[in-house]
Amino acid sequence: MFSIIEKRKLNDSMTLMVVDAPYIAKKAKAGQFIILRVNEYGERIPLTIADYDREKGTVTIIYQIVGKTTILLDQLKVGDAILDFIGPLGKASELEGYHKAAVVGGGAGCAIAYPQAKALHQLGAKVDMIAGFRNKDIIILEDEMRAASDSLTVMTDDGSNGNQGFVTDALKKRIEEGADYDLVVAIGPLVMMRAVCNLTKEYGIKTIVSMNPIMIDGTGMCGGCRLTVGGKTKFACVDGPDFDGHEVDFDETIKRSRTYAEMEKKAAHDYKCHLMESVENA
Amino acid sequence: MPNMNPKKTPIPEQEPNVRNKNFEEVSLGYTEAMAKEEAERCLHCKNQPCVSGCPVGVHIPDFIRHISEGDMEGAYQTIKLTNSLPAVCGRVCPQENQCEHNCVRGIKGEPVGIGRLERFAADWHIKNGKDEEFHAEHNGHKVAVIGAGPAGLTCAGDLAAKGYSVTVFEALHAAGGVLMYGIPQFRLPKEIVQKEIDALKQKGVEIKTDMVIGKVFSVDELFDMGYEAVFVGTGAGLPSFMNIPGESLVGVYSANEFLTRVNLMKAYKPEYDTPMIEPKRVAVVGGGNVAMDAARTSLRLGAEQVHIVYRRAEEQMPARREEVHHAKEEGVEFNLLCNPVAIHGDKDGKVESIECIRMELGEADASGRRKPVPVEGSNFKIPVDCVVMAIGNSPNPLIRTTTEGLEANQRGCIIVNEETMRTSREGVYAAGDAVSGAATVILAMGGGKDAARSIDRYIQSKQ
Ligand SMILES: Cc1cc2nc3c(=O)[nH]c(=O)nc-3n(C[C@H](O)[C@H](O)[C@H](O)COP(=O)(O)OP(=O)(O)OC[C@H]3O[C@@H](n4cnc5c(N)ncnc54)[C@H](O)[C@@H]3O)c2cc1C
Ligand SMILES: Cc1cc2nc3c(=O)[nH]c(=O)nc-3n(C[C@H](O)[C@H](O)[C@H](O)COP(=O)(O)OP(=O)(O)OC[C@H]3O[C@@H](n4cnc5c(N)ncnc54)[C@H](O)[C@@H]3O)c2cc1C
Ligand code: SF4
Ligand code: SF4
Ligand code: FES
Repeated sequence: MFSIIEKRKLNDSMTLMVVDAPYIAKKAKAGQFIILRVNEYGERIPLTIADYDREKGTVTIIYQIVGKTTILLDQLKVGDAILDFIGPLGKASELEGYHKAAVVGGGAGCAIAYPQAKALHQLGAKVDMIAGFRNKDIIILEDEMRAASDSLTVMTDDGSNGNQGFVTDALKKRIEEGADYDLVVAIGPLVMMRAVCNLTKEYGIKTIVSMNPIMIDGTGMCGGCRLTVGGKTKFACVDGPDFDGHEVDFDETIKRSRTYAEMEKKAAHDYKCHLMESVENA
Repeated sequence: MPNMNPKKTPIPEQEPNVRNKNFEEVSLGYTEAMAKEEAERCLHCKNQPCVSGCPVGVHIPDFIRHISEGDMEGAYQTIKLTNSLPAVCGRVCPQENQCEHNCVRGIKGEPVGIGRLERFAADWHIKNGKDEEFHAEHNGHKVAVIGAGPAGLTCAGDLAAKGYSVTVFEALHAAGGVLMYGIPQFRLPKEIVQKEIDALKQKGVEIKTDMVIGKVFSVDELFDMGYEAVFVGTGAGLPSFMNIPGESLVGVYSANEFLTRVNLMKAYKPEYDTPMIEPKRVAVVGGGNVAMDAARTSLRLGAEQVHIVYRRAEEQMPARREEVHHAKEEGVEFNLLCNPVAIHGDKDGKVESIECIRMELGEADASGRRKPVPVEGSNFKIPVDCVVMAIGNSPNPLIRTTTEGLEANQRGCIIVNEETMRTSREGVYAAGDAVSGAATVILAMGGGKDAARSIDRYIQSKQ
């Protein structure tokens, strides 16, 4: 069992949790993830290691509440325990040797992007961070992102923070202005990553994306996380989750990501109804 | 006088049309009377040809004699002398290639139902027997076992019985390996596997789940932690795909994913959260046990039509005969001498059909099997909404790529000395599917046993 040491709400749908997992904390590197199972009946879901403290033996996760498992997870309090917590899985990001990088995060993807910005920064690269959100109320981790980069630009779809536009608009502007990036890291919704890759391809800038297909075991056993990269089948859990964005077949991945969409919607809906009923009956 | 009936005593089973809609065990097992009747068929041959067909050398005529004398516990204890998982082997061993293949009764009729009798004795013990509390005295040595499949569990059990303190590290959240995540409930109830695992824990074996070795600790770190020897029993869990167009469509699964969702993650039970598509028409590609399991599982998930697509002929199918027979009874359709060439999808990327080409048997290849060759222009489509690829698994590279000096062959199988199971690294032993590639439960157990013996010798010789 893995105890929850700290829990902090970042916005209405995102939460940060610090979990006691000393073996994982000892080995974790930026870009890796864990798989957790909340209880005996639960699904196994992957979450990125947002941070770790080797000395205290803790691992930080940041999750967006999107469906049943993340709702269940969010019901746990400090002092409660998570049943299974497995990691560190996946390959660590390869971020060495770059001079100037743009790290682009979209929504919840910022939680995964900012540790990469931090790692790049620590390795001596100049880092511009560009983050995008639907509106200003759901902006998260602004202080952390600012601390991890040389400059931070926050865009909102609706312009409610005074900076209207998509992350690709901001990125394009910077490139046009002469920011001489040798690396772009893009993490967020699939359509956002596809848009960033289409843009950077025009300019010939190497782009790393972090893929998040459905996973079960996270060890290369099920093949459910497979995607096509450079015409070859790769397993995101062991060959990734980072890949060269210009090689990824996004169209195929977007279709595959919808496999269980209807069932997930129903599971979350039923579960929320069930919660409402118990509140009403209480 | 022995019972000279040329046929095995029939074993009660659930009706095909009932069982193909539930996940309960297909075979109901012998009653005591049936078991005695079948035991009477054994001729107690002096040279015991059956025993040499069993990879762990179960004392077959001896245990059968106990059954005919009504000493069921004695029968169980006799089997247990050389086989640590009788309830499992009685159910899943390919007996027709092993013990029963050599049985003299098989020359003029059906062989003695050795597997059925083994299962009977084991189930009798589970119901009526008592396990003695037995704790070997600790000898002060620590051994690490990686992987809680039949190979790892057998090795751990044997070492614990010799007084070693053994820790088993398992990547998944449950122990048992393929017995838990692969072989379905209706063939091998998980409660039986769990009983065997609990018995090991009773013996003092520590099982740590959620531990992916190679990630959380390397093999070298295990030595640093004070383990004097390491056994690698990580199986062959890496699924193969055919590399044909359309394999990434929605509705295409590896058999591992398909079976894991259902067995380990219990997608068929409403109280579990695991999502699973509800396929109506399924094609399963392959002809082994894995393919039969996926096909029969599809029926139980409510599929109306299930096709096996296999490129060779029926005689060449590697699956246990009994499983092929059961699958047919339950309504699985067999498309033999057919090979998939593409999977087609609709505009949303969902599977619509599988395109196959007919094959004919050509010249015999190096292994003596006649090689199937495609018949030009014979392509046809089977409309399906789900395709399961069950064309084989190979060893996962994780351990070998994170352990310096651990040699493997071209297929990724760890190389060992076949007698001692020692790998190219001192103190590191391996057996089971990780060494042989996908094989059988009993071979994995046999290998685990041999490794335990060598590990004991190795550690004692260091004193
Ligand atoms: C390597 C990796 C790292 C990730 N890191 C983070 C992170 O740091 N923070 C975060 O909020 N989310 C992260 N995700 C996504 C996260 O795993 C899903 O949001 C989570 O599984 C949703 O589960 P649910 O039951 O709450 O929602 P559901 O209703 O089950 O699903 C909602 C969405 O999550 C996806 N999803 C469902 N099950 C899985 C699964 N087993 N594996 C992967 N995706 C799934 C579905 O495609 C769907 O779009 C990551 C995914 C991967 C693969
Ligand atoms: C669907 C199916 C049906 C089958 N039917 C039959 C049958 O009827 N009869 C028969 O005899 N055989 C059958 N087999 C084959 C048989 O199950 C295997 O040969 C046998 O289980 C191999 O045992 P093992 O201990 O070597 O490996 P496995 O059973 O594969 O166990 C390996 C274990 O190691 C764990 N592991 C892997 N990597 C790591 C790591 N890095 N760190 C920690 N743990 C790790 C895995 O999670 C797993 O639990 C079947 C196989 C399948 C898939
Ligand atoms: S262990 Fe398997 S091969 Fe050996 S006697 Fe039992 S059923 Fe036959
Ligand atoms: S070969 Fe058959 S008949 Fe002879 S001892 Fe073995 S099981 Fe009995
Ligand atoms: S999650 Fe199963 S192979 Fe990647």
